Amino acid sequence: MRINLRFFASLRERLKKSEEVREVPDGATVGTVWELLKQEYPELIAIEKSMAFAVAQEYVDKAHPLQDNDELAFIPPVSGG
Amino acid sequence: MVMGAEQNSILCKITQSQIDMQELSDFVADPAAGAMATFVGMTRNTNEGRQVTRLEYECYPGMAEKEMEKIATEVLQRWPVKKIAMIHRLGRVDIGEASVAIAVSSGHRHAAFEACHYAINQLKETVPIWKKELYEGGELWIGSQTGTVGSFQKV
Repeated sequence: MRINLRFFASLRERLKKSEEVREVPDGATVGTVWELLKQEYPELIAIEKSMAFAVAQEYVDKAHPLQDNDELAFIPPVSGG
Repeated sequence: MVMGAEQNSILCKITQSQIDMQELSDFVADPAAGAMATFVGMTRNTNEGRQVTRLEYECYPGMAEKEMEKIATEVLQRWPVKKIAMIHRLGRVDIGEASVAIAVSSGHRHAAFEACHYAINQLKETVPIWKKELYEGGELWIGSQTGTVGSFQKV
């Protein structure tokens, strides 16, 4: 299935892209995709504890199951205000 | 989207322009309101010893507004508040300029103060907006500094 990834702020600058369409196996969760990204970008391990995730613009945890065409956003620590 | 009766009581907005305080106070005006509390967050010229030259904000479009509306809806449920307006600015915000403003109206001052305080605290915790600080000698994303853990602990 295809998942639309979104990256913001510090993460967007680290990965040098704001979005990506990625093919992932059926049954994949948010955590599955995060693990794949960590393998490609080992520097993400340092910021893992502060990372939040959103699917369809709602906060979810890593166990959240993905569906075809979901939008998965990686949300570094927010700092509005 | 804000639905039903709350629709006319909530204004949540992301803007690229300077924040117009008059827009907020006009929105929360209500004949039954005896109090209006406002909060304005501005760019400060120093932060943790750094000489700040400006801030730059970005958001997750769509989700940022939705999270602001959740806060506003919760405020209306928890306090006897008439109306609430929340506006956050994006892009470059120079020293002394407003990046965020909140206005709350209520029958009496206590609820307006409390609700306004709660709304800005929640905004800083949950709304997907980020600020980059540009200072003399560098720049950094606030909350994402290497070796520190941000305040956001939702997951």
